[in-house]
Amino acid sequence: MLTLYGQELRSRLLLGTARYPSPAALEDAVRSSATEIVTVSLRRETAGGRQGGAFFDLIRSLGVHVLPNTAGCHSVAEAVLTAKMAREVFGTNWIKLEVIGHQDTLQPDVFGLVEAARILCAEGFEVFPYTTDDLVVGEHLVEAGCKVLMPWCAPIGSAMGPQNIPALRAMRAHFPDMPLIVDAGIGRPSHATTVMELGFDAVLLNTAVAGATKPALMASAFARAIDAGRDAFEAGMLEPRDFAVPSTPVIGKAVFA
Amino acid sequence: MKLTVNGEDHDLTVTTLAELLAALDFEGDWLATAVNGELVHRADRSAHSLSDRDRIEILSPMKGG
Repeated sequence: MLTLYGQELRSRLLLGTARYPSPAALEDAVRSSATEIVTVSLRRETAGGRQGGAFFDLIRSLGVHVLPNTAGCHSVAEAVLTAKMAREVFGTNWIKLEVIGHQDTLQPDVFGLVEAARILCAEGFEVFPYTTDDLVVGEHLVEAGCKVLMPWCAPIGSAMGPQNIPALRAMRAHFPDMPLIVDAGIGRPSHATTVMELGFDAVLLNTAVAGATKPALMASAFARAIDAGRDAFEAGMLEPRDFAVPSTPVIGKAVFA
Repeated sequence: MKLTVNGEDHDLTVTTLAELLAALDFEGDWLATAVNGELVHRADRSAHSLSDRDRIEILSPMKGG
């Protein structure tokens, strides 16, 4: 069982709600993934418009926890205000905190991230920070009050999969009791299995599912891959060896010559 | 008075944030509002007076990753 800010969860898959071909495709993907947390955002409503209402109704009908984000924010002030507005709309203290530092790579501005996390934690938010795999940044986020860390494993939407496995392994070892969620860069189920085998607690996906030819089927594939990786981590895996080891017992083998 | 709403300039005869929302036909319990970079809670919109050149943001739920 995964516990995030006191909330117990059976699923270790967090699912984004963007880039699906239709609202029905999003709904199907959420249901087939069995996710219990979806991410959402806030954007300007058009005058006289009702755009947000239909989406809000769809999200509420799914019966899952909502994790609003501060995607697109490039400053501490923007991220903090967006978080406060998200709490007003969604009625949750959870916030996926993004402070973007680079336009092309969407790499987090980790200095702004720590500053924004400190402000929001002090105001009662439960912060899920989108960060890098840097241990020192992670320590500062924990000191700021974060009780979850969400490192990237590759740039957002890149589908490249884990680019620095030793760094992810070090992060797991450095924060043994902290829920760690890989937030970005996963492209295929085997990537998710890999990070779960390293001992990460969960995976947050969006583009890898929404961009698939059959999003609902891919959501299901990811759910099973994540569970397989988690089971493997808990079961205890063999370390690779440089030599062969016979699996069939040698003692008692017949001698024919 | 001259107001900037979601980045667009408006010239409106309103005195409060609640009146502005009504004048521009915004409604729904899913809206969040901010004036000059500060959150204005739903319950405070009727009492929040606007001033010339105020910048208002009106946000609503959107898909996100």
